[in-house]
Amino acid sequence: MKRLTAGFVPLAAALLAFVFGAIMILALGANPVDGLAAMIDGAFGTSDRVAATAVRATPLLLVGAGITIAFRASVINIGGEGQIIAGALLSTAVALWIPGTPKILLIPIVILAGLIGGGIWGAIPGVLKAYASVNEILSTIMLNIVAIQLMNYLLRGPMIDPVEVGTSRIPQTQRLTDNAAFPTLIEGSRLHLGVPIAVIAAIIVYIILFRTPLGFRLRAVGHNPDAARAAGISVERNIVSALGLSGALSGLAGVILVFGSESLRLVTDGGSAGFTGSAGFNGIVAALFGGLHPLWTIPSSFLFGSLLTGATELQRELQIPNALAIALNGLIVLFVVSSDKVRTFLNERLDRSLKGDS
Amino acid sequence: MSQFFTVSVLLATLATAIRFAVPYLLAALGETIGQRSGVLNLGVDGIMLLGGFGAYYTVLETQSHLAGIGVGIAVGLFMGIVYAYVTVFLHAEQGISGIGIFLFGLGFSDLLFQELVGTPKPIKPLPTLDKLPGVGGIFEPLIDIPVVGELLFDHNLLTYFALLLVPFVTWLLMKTTFGMNVRAVGENPQAADSLGVSVAKTRFIAILIGSSLAGLAGATLSLQLAIFQHNLTNGLGFIAVALVYFGAWQPRWVLAGALLYGLVTATRIRWQSLDIIPQSASDIAAMAPAIITILALVLLASRVRGPAALTKPFSRH
Amino acid sequence: MKAKRLVKLFAVIFAIALTAAACGGGDSTATSTSECGSDLAVAKGDSVTDLSVALVAPSAKDDVAFTQSMVDSLTRLGIEPQITDGTFVVEEAAAAIRGYAEDGVNIIIAHGTQYGGSLAEIAPDFPETSFIWGTASDNQGLDNVFAYFPEADQGGYVNGVIAASLSDNIGLVGPVEAGDAVAYIEGFIKGAEANGASTSAVYTGSFSDVALATTTAQAHADNGVGVLTGTSQSAVGAVNVATANDIPWFGTQSNTEAWSSDLTVASQVYHWDVVLADMITKIESGTLGGEAMALTLENGGLVMEFNGCYDLSADAKSAAEAAIADIIAGEIATK
Repeated sequence: MKRLTAGFVPLAAALLAFVFGAIMILALGANPVDGLAAMIDGAFGTSDRVAATAVRATPLLLVGAGITIAFRASVINIGGEGQIIAGALLSTAVALWIPGTPKILLIPIVILAGLIGGGIWGAIPGVLKAYASVNEILSTIMLNIVAIQLMNYLLRGPMIDPVEVGTSRIPQTQRLTDNAAFPTLIEGSRLHLGVPIAVIAAIIVYIILFRTPLGFRLRAVGHNPDAARAAGISVERNIVSALGLSGALSGLAGVILVFGSESLRLVTDGGSAGFTGSAGFNGIVAALFGGLHPLWTIPSSFLFGSLLTGATELQRELQIPNALAIALNGLIVLFVVSSDKVRTFLNERLDRSLKGDS
Repeated sequence: MSQFFTVSVLLATLATAIRFAVPYLLAALGETIGQRSGVLNLGVDGIMLLGGFGAYYTVLETQSHLAGIGVGIAVGLFMGIVYAYVTVFLHAEQGISGIGIFLFGLGFSDLLFQELVGTPKPIKPLPTLDKLPGVGGIFEPLIDIPVVGELLFDHNLLTYFALLLVPFVTWLLMKTTFGMNVRAVGENPQAADSLGVSVAKTRFIAILIGSSLAGLAGATLSLQLAIFQHNLTNGLGFIAVALVYFGAWQPRWVLAGALLYGLVTATRIRWQSLDIIPQSASDIAAMAPAIITILALVLLASRVRGPAALTKPFSRH
Repeated sequence: MKAKRLVKLFAVIFAIALTAAACGGGDSTATSTSECGSDLAVAKGDSVTDLSVALVAPSAKDDVAFTQSMVDSLTRLGIEPQITDGTFVVEEAAAAIRGYAEDGVNIIIAHGTQYGGSLAEIAPDFPETSFIWGTASDNQGLDNVFAYFPEADQGGYVNGVIAASLSDNIGLVGPVEAGDAVAYIEGFIKGAEANGASTSAVYTGSFSDVALATTTAQAHADNGVGVLTGTSQSAVGAVNVATANDIPWFGTQSNTEAWSSDLTVASQVYHWDVVLADMITKIESGTLGGEAMALTLENGGLVMEFNGCYDLSADAKSAAEAAIADIIAGEIATK
């Protein structure tokens, strides 16, 4: 019965957020039923759209899976944006450097490069926290800014598409060679290799967290650092591991955003959201909605991916700004985090009524 | 290089740094109070966006800065009630609730802006002291004082308010019963509770003050810039939260952090405008405030301990 | 008990906010009347085509800059497109472009250089659809893509010539050093320096960061510049600094009198309709793309709009007109 409320309460919270969404759509002068229809159509209307939804969900899933590691170890990682960029930059640089490498080698290499890039960007705040007591909230926020500027610098200078130098100087890399593109899984569809990679990554995170000594140590540090230390676990090293692993997964999201994109290149508009689509933040939302459990983060990411693709359609059909989707994301977070107490209350009620029955 | 070190350029840069620092300072002081009571609010950026839009829209419609500032604070207060309710009474995880507030503010302020305004219309800017209706004449000669006139007097009233808030918040936290309660529930809520201090009530009020200041910070930003736009803050609220850690929960160090951040940013832009920093290095230079903030914290304040109960919900059972 | 009351309060305030949103919903005509009584509203022309048109653009449709210039141009052609605006996330834009194509829209305008990469993947999937993409100086070899670009350096040069007659010290606020922004800024510098003014250009690194544009313009003002100009939607911050310091302002992309009716001297306005009309004629006769077209002073795609409210000297105006004539005649190189 407790399992039932565990699933029911977040769903009710989401439903409540959607009710607010419907009210907003109504306030904007459109019919909420049309709005919902447009969103469902946009997210699931055709097999191509389902594929697009899955693709949009992929970076959320990877960031979210990483977040589960960090939060389980009681470190707050809000550096997802920067870690995505770091992974994308390193993997793109590698792909530009060895363009002729056969696909079968190149794709694992760029994935590794992305994991390393994001991992380093995540490990820096880990080291700063563990060995210099610099709060990770401060350092991850600041490193987001550094990563954005690093991207702007590299894409305007060393990594710019040579074609752009003499002409319009768009800060973007050249189009990567076709052997760097993530292969599509179904002919003619946008569904590419990144999607199963992300799902597998989430499963691996589950195994690491709950089936390995490393995961045990991470959770022990998160649960009670003093007790963990007393048991001989290095709190410092595990903080670095948690943020490093979390960053690596965000870095992998960066790889997928480049090598699975339609344009097959890295381009900046000066900020981070133009490239990441705010996946560094939305991934946190997905992880939370999945109860900070890597496996539940899979359907949860898909749900938020569908919210994003649905919002695009909502804007196209009903001219409702897709800012609505962002506001709704925020509301869902608030309702879900608030629901713990509601859940406890419901469980107490259930227990009592069950006892009454027996 | 020599151009930069003329006194007038240095002082003008400093004046720009102060202007730049005010929204950070207001938001960070508010966050300091909240965190001292044990509550982390990562939603500052979202509250600033909503407060900033509210203030901008009010001034656009009523032409009254005072009304705009009032609405900015009221919006902050309202979001504070939501946040306090969620984190204090429903015991929701603070970091994540903050992200929720941030995303809601980011989306909803943009939605309101697009529906109510659309075209970014400039509003009349906040008057500096010399342009204040009625009393402006008194300050006009002061600004002409050589060397320090512009630095000290060429600001709007909110700047002075923000600066005065620094000693006030210190006093509030260190010398008043309320401040003592705030620090007590932030350090050891169980002990405070056993002494009859209501943890929930104290935190609730601390959050409301903090959020109101975040709303005011947003209002200051949009009124200083005399405009609103999608994501006007561009992450400013997150930097304000970071500055609280930088300032080790001490208002005067938070002020130092805000000024440092503002000064590094203002200097970078000034140097670019004087061609001291070449355009090709401008992105690298733009990293400076972030990197300097991290390094300063590594070097200066590496062993400062924050409120012990920060981010920990409290319940009696 | 208290908690319940709070929930009620929350609900009430929320409802008020929503009602406010609903009441203001109709206010989307993106214009304001300048003090001299000239109405900036673009009159809707007679519709030139029955084909359906959709527009995907990175900033808001009424940004007084890049995107608005396109919406205004379509209005002049009597076209009311379906619009997806504010899609600065490239993947979102790609989804919207694909969505319109799937819906069977005839002409899809991808109004952002950064959309080019995605378009190269989408366009071949919809050979019956015509895509119009800019700003870009080549159509990537695609048969169903038209490309367009403004020779923004031309109007920049003209603005620079006028600016040099007002001050010998000019500050420029650029966004990202790319595309039509860099063309405009560099053309402006050439025009100003050819007429004896010194210039300082700073790129903020962002198309949208108003605070940074404001601080940059303030730094210019503190350095004592006598004229300011800037481009992109973030330029509104710089315009406000110009207003506060009583510094003349030069606009580009759209007419910036909407931002500053007193101090805007002149704006280079993009009239995309000139090339769009051409493209639509070709599309209706079966040619879906394969060409890049430029906006120039000569073909009327670039229009210098002087502000009637700003008292510009006759000398300066005739110098500007001479420069326009020389640019059209090819006697001045603006690049």
